[in-house]
Amino acid sequence: MEKVLMKGNEAIAEAAIMAGCRHFFGYPITPQTEVAAYMSKRLPKIGGVYLQAESEISSINMILGAASAGVRAMTSSSSPGISLMSEGISYMAACDLPSVIVNIQRGGPGLGGIQPSQADYWQATRSSGHGDFHIIALAPNSIQEIVDLTQRAFDLADTYRMPVIILGDGILGQMMEPVELRPNISANPPEKTWAANGTGGKRKKNIINSLYLKPDQLEQINFERFKRYKLVEKKEALHEAYLTDDADIILVAYGATSRICRNAITQARANGVKAGLLRPITLWPFPVQAIKQTMQRAKAFICVEMSMGQMIDDVKLAIECERPVAFLGRTGGMVHTPEEILAKIEAVDRGETA
Amino acid sequence: MSETNILVAGFGGQGILFAGKFLVYAGLINGKQVSWLPSYGPEMRGGTASCGVIISDTPIGSPIVTQPDMLIVMNAPSLERYEPDCARNGRVFIDSSLITRELGRSDLTGWYVPAAKMADENGLTGLANMIMIGKFIKETNICAYNDIEAALKKTVPERRRALYDSNLEALNLGYNYRR
Amino acid sequence: MSIVFERPKALSDAATHYCPGCTHGIVHRLIAETLDELDITGRTVGIAPVGCAVMAYDYFECDMIQAAHGRAPAVATGVKRALPDGVVFTYQGDGDLAAIGTAETVHSAARGEKITIIFINNAIYGMTGGQMAPTSLPGQITQTSPYGRDVQAAGYPVRICELLSTLDGVYYAERVAVDSVKNVRMAKKAIKKAFTYQTEGRGFTIVEVLSTCPTNWGLAPVKALLWLRERMIPYYPLGVYKDMGGEAQ
Repeated sequence: MEKVLMKGNEAIAEAAIMAGCRHFFGYPITPQTEVAAYMSKRLPKIGGVYLQAESEISSINMILGAASAGVRAMTSSSSPGISLMSEGISYMAACDLPSVIVNIQRGGPGLGGIQPSQADYWQATRSSGHGDFHIIALAPNSIQEIVDLTQRAFDLADTYRMPVIILGDGILGQMMEPVELRPNISANPPEKTWAANGTGGKRKKNIINSLYLKPDQLEQINFERFKRYKLVEKKEALHEAYLTDDADIILVAYGATSRICRNAITQARANGVKAGLLRPITLWPFPVQAIKQTMQRAKAFICVEMSMGQMIDDVKLAIECERPVAFLGRTGGMVHTPEEILAKIEAVDRGETA
Repeated sequence: MSETNILVAGFGGQGILFAGKFLVYAGLINGKQVSWLPSYGPEMRGGTASCGVIISDTPIGSPIVTQPDMLIVMNAPSLERYEPDCARNGRVFIDSSLITRELGRSDLTGWYVPAAKMADENGLTGLANMIMIGKFIKETNICAYNDIEAALKKTVPERRRALYDSNLEALNLGYNYRR
Repeated sequence: MSIVFERPKALSDAATHYCPGCTHGIVHRLIAETLDELDITGRTVGIAPVGCAVMAYDYFECDMIQAAHGRAPAVATGVKRALPDGVVFTYQGDGDLAAIGTAETVHSAARGEKITIIFINNAIYGMTGGQMAPTSLPGQITQTSPYGRDVQAAGYPVRICELLSTLDGVYYAERVAVDSVKNVRMAKKAIKKAFTYQTEGRGFTIVEVLSTCPTNWGLAPVKALLWLRERMIPYYPLGVYKDMGGEAQ
């Protein structure tokens, strides 16, 4: 298949279209605007709907409406916009609605900046809204993986009836790489018998709702939903292991940061330090088993994030704190250099794990 | 060396990002691994613009060009900013009609092309970027001369024939430029 | 023997949770009669608000979605864009539509979304227990305006039909009341017209219904109807504010 050059943001949009998404609702924000621009150009030509909402609050609720009606719908934004969507994400999780949400993260908190960041890890994996719920969080690190995972996101959302967030950053959104636009979707997505798309006089009405005033009833519904989450945790965790088999030091990084780690690992190995990379591809579910396995040999871990340290909690939980976990973070839109990661690897190799 | 890091820098509006895209396609046609990463944000809108291009025989890790092996600069502030970052023995291509000074570092090799002036004189105003790229290809062999048209076809849509022709003319002008 | 009165088919037989004397029930019935008469229940999706009508999803026989507070017009937009041949309505109160959801209301109207909004204006927050609403009258005593709404401090009420009728995207906006048999009939006519326009693909339609809240107003049902007539209607004049398909005021 011929490779074409695409920006990450455009690849997300094209992959969504390949997955059958014909409904996009969004609001402009840097650095994800190309997703919306691409959709506004393409969707009207293929019988789809692109609509610019009055706010992210509205765009997420438009997704909720479209998803309720049974179609594949998507929105995209960047960090401050995702905060505004929290309410809608919680409602969608509570209504068991599939949807795909893209967050091309920028530096925060507050208005922050527009340069790359990974500071919304907690938001995506812990607290994307109020209440007891999870959403699936996917973290591609190349444009090809964006194409593959964005399509997969729609299948996951439909299969488990839950929102899926694609967590990118300004680097991935803006960079271009060659990609194969290869299909990666299920031929038989589940039928949406629950959709509110008109009874047609042929069935009992469907209700999409998250209100349960009886606490025992609400508890049961949450129990049931968490059984589904257990299944997701068991079946859907994804990771990539790079040179981990003989590694003394395991770097854990995702997204664009993982690519910079690879450069540092190459240099470290040239200097005689056996370093490897464990890259979570799903942030929720977190690839706990894969990380645990690397612990057999590794003497220490280094978590590298464009944040003040968020995923490091999950790394420590995964290995139950049985090895030291060092941290190297940049924040506010600053990006690691391979050299500073190399310096950290060498320091940890010397036993400086603080 | 299996990986070449290239930085193209200048003012917004000079076609910096476009020039980078052309190089990426040139690499892609040659079966190389490639990446392209622009600076983005307010600077896109009139200030400085730059993009990092990596052409490699092996999979590309970081797409960020921090130490360019090759630098193409089209305004004075970009030379000030990026000359110190260049890798040792790096190669620098300078639009000498807009940048009056020469390279400060003795390990770097410089090519001085009055691209903006040449573009104006040849009715190719706005295509100084491609004149620079023509010279760049000639001196670096980043792709063969014969690949230029194929790469350009990828960068400029076929239906914009006039644009394609003028870009090709600019590339040839740069390729054949002798100081 | 012939049946002279029965429950509309589009209305479920669930007992509603509304207080005695509350006019939500009347408006529900008018909507259900309309769905029956236009024979559109099977292709209608209703959006319930947050507020007293939050459980409206139990009372209608069409597909229903329960939206977040104020977001019903955005949800309705998503549904209608996904089901252009469907009939989509929201049922919203004054806090939902004219305070927390003002942006969604105004912009769905400005876009000319082909949806119908039934707006229940009873000048108070009902479900949370009688707080000041964006439509509470100047001087009106509520739980959070215990000395009466002081417009210097709390600002002025919002007149939604007047406001929306300035937007080009609005096809039909009418204010009605359900304080008397005559007005209930007018309300039915307006609701049916709004749904009819939607089925014809005309554009954004809204019917504002002045309603009572005997419980939180602290009035017996009949007195509440009088209060609506004597206090609310003068501030919120009834009538057609915009009708691109016929008579305009």
